Amino acid sequence: MTASDATTQPARTPESDTRGSFRADVSPRGLGGAFRDFINRLRGGDPGAVPSVLGLLVLGLIFATTTPDFLSHNNLANLPAQTSFIALTAMGLIFVLLIGEIDLSAGTTGGMCAAFAAQSLQSGDLHKAVGDIVYIGLIVGMVCAIVLGVVSRMITAPLIVLIGLILMLTGLQEDHQPLAFFFAVSIGVAVGTFSGTLVARLGIPSFIVTLALFLAWEGVQLFALSNQSIGDTNFAIWFGLTHNNMAVWAGWLFFALLTGGYLVFTLVRSRLRARAGLSYDTPLLVFLRAGVLIAIGGWVTYFLSQNRGTLIAIEGLPWAASIPIAFMVFWTISLTKTQWGRHLYAIGGSDESARRAGIPVVRVKISAFAICSGMAAVGGLFNADYSGGATTALGQGDTLLFAVAAAVIGGTSLFGGRGRPRDAIVGALVIATIPNGIHLHQFPEHANEVITGAVLLIAASVDAISRRRAKAH
Amino acid sequence: MSEPILKIEGLDKSFGAVQVLHGVNFAVYPGEVTALVGDNGAGKSTLIKCVAGIYSIDSGRLYWEGKPVQIHSPHAASALGIEIVYQDLALADNLDITQNMFLGREILRGPFLMDGQMEKKARETLTSLSVRTVSSVRQIVASLSGGQRQTVAIAKAVLWNGKVVILDEPTAALGVAQTKQVLELVRRLADSGIGVVLISHNMNDVMQVADRIDALYLGRIAAEVRKEDTSTGQIVELITAGRSGDIGLSLDTAALSA
Repeated sequence: MTASDATTQPARTPESDTRGSFRADVSPRGLGGAFRDFINRLRGGDPGAVPSVLGLLVLGLIFATTTPDFLSHNNLANLPAQTSFIALTAMGLIFVLLIGEIDLSAGTTGGMCAAFAAQSLQSGDLHKAVGDIVYIGLIVGMVCAIVLGVVSRMITAPLIVLIGLILMLTGLQEDHQPLAFFFAVSIGVAVGTFSGTLVARLGIPSFIVTLALFLAWEGVQLFALSNQSIGDTNFAIWFGLTHNNMAVWAGWLFFALLTGGYLVFTLVRSRLRARAGLSYDTPLLVFLRAGVLIAIGGWVTYFLSQNRGTLIAIEGLPWAASIPIAFMVFWTISLTKTQWGRHLYAIGGSDESARRAGIPVVRVKISAFAICSGMAAVGGLFNADYSGGATTALGQGDTLLFAVAAAVIGGTSLFGGRGRPRDAIVGALVIATIPNGIHLHQFPEHANEVITGAVLLIAASVDAISRRRAKAH
Repeated sequence: MSEPILKIEGLDKSFGAVQVLHGVNFAVYPGEVTALVGDNGAGKSTLIKCVAGIYSIDSGRLYWEGKPVQIHSPHAASALGIEIVYQDLALADNLDITQNMFLGREILRGPFLMDGQMEKKARETLTSLSVRTVSSVRQIVASLSGGQRQTVAIAKAVLWNGKVVILDEPTAALGVAQTKQVLELVRRLADSGIGVVLISHNMNDVMQVADRIDALYLGRIAAEVRKEDTSTGQIVELITAGRSGDIGLSLDTAALSA
């Protein structure tokens, strides 16, 4: 409440007399209503995915008209691989951005986690490969993370770290790639628990904590690799993450499950709300929305199901598309349908209000960091595969910056309280499309960074302006 | 006269060597608005924080519906039915009205939020308070005016079955029309049987809605008067000097405190 609220007030009173009785809460919402809500959201300072989708369309249009190769099967089918690691890292970052914090260490965390996974698979004996000091350090670190998590009364994060620790001590991750992946994620979760505790409990600014850890993990990564990059071509599953495709039928099944699930969910929700005397979306609106999703998803699946190989058949939905989408669905449900997700948004809106409402602010904040670093590990695995293995420089340089940029371009606010997992995917698509198109064009490669920077600046301006508009209202 | 819901007797509170509250007696009656007035530093906030369980008390007795109770934590206060609407309202701007009203106390089925049920209850609560200033409980709080926000914060207190609702300067930041709306709401709140405590600096507001007025003067209750027996002038004197005519603190006490 500020003086500006009081001054905007007289203009509002006349309309407030004509409202009332919660008309908007009891009537069905059709196409017009959905459009009005959408306009209201825009005016209320929440542009959502509009700017990023528009940006993507504009970029696509420019490249499509100027470069014939851009729309070719092969080129577009490469986009998921180029997008996936940015999208996955950005998706984790969104949780930290939602509570108004930042994680600068996400890139190197991903590199370090991938390095440990690669080293255990490659050497078959992590202890021998990295030496006593690093091995014992890792054990101590993971035990500490478990203790910190338990002290903050967390359950899932310490459990994941514990399982990772057991895998490591029993050496199971050395023969099985999926177990090695889990091991990498567990290290990520341990890292997040640690940095989250420093931020939420001790009150050290996240910028400093994660800047320090950004440097530290870079070093640990070199210890883990013993200064030698490890390729992943020998690990079939790992190599498949960004190189292989789902079987054509599996891709269609994935598509059917997602769109069907969405249709059923929205339809049932509409019915239940109507029955409960609440505002509900009319069947027309429900079917229209699901229809658009089915049309787009169906076209993408169809497009990717075509054979795009020249010598051998290459067809099907890339894993690099389906895995990030599956993560997106999971995290979206967690954020919007669970109490924990509601609390995360509330903390982003005002952590003092959240504290007074009895929300365990410290615990929820730590969980956001744990998810961020865990997802960074997943992103690191994809990044390793895309860039030819767990290299000594993996996850350094641009990785984190691109991920933050993707989240912001997608519509996540740097000021906290606003953002969705889908922002990561849309934003990462924008980021990946730029070099993709530039590369085909005979432009010099440096144009890449310039354009990406400009797009990010535009996205950040949209964020700031929309927030100011929201305040002025 | 009905029994008070909340009664405080002889409450003392010190911070270190400084005694902030001296033998304060204070009572809240169902269906009445009790205004708590006093200058800055008179101890209004301290008294409220003692009731809210944020501060512990040094000595004194609290009675809830006639039974002695102790309030050691904010949780204990809300468990009894004491809800406090702080001046900054403690709302999350990025959430909607329903989400704010249920914040921290969401209705769940398994791990999932029951948004529909919460919406319905939020609407019922606002309707029961005859709130006509908001059109939808799904409006984002950031889009609300100051008066609407105050309304949401008050409705939140009512939703959780507050039997005593303490409002800290609810009209301080509001314009004329919104102040009127909020004061009307305060009146309806009391008319529905809730004991309302109104902390305010604004004598107009106090004279408009209060049933009884307690003036704090340097940590002591100078006087408790009924609205119909007093005037703005008398209350201002009680606030600034601790006494007015033959009511208020004795000359000695007033001088001693000063």
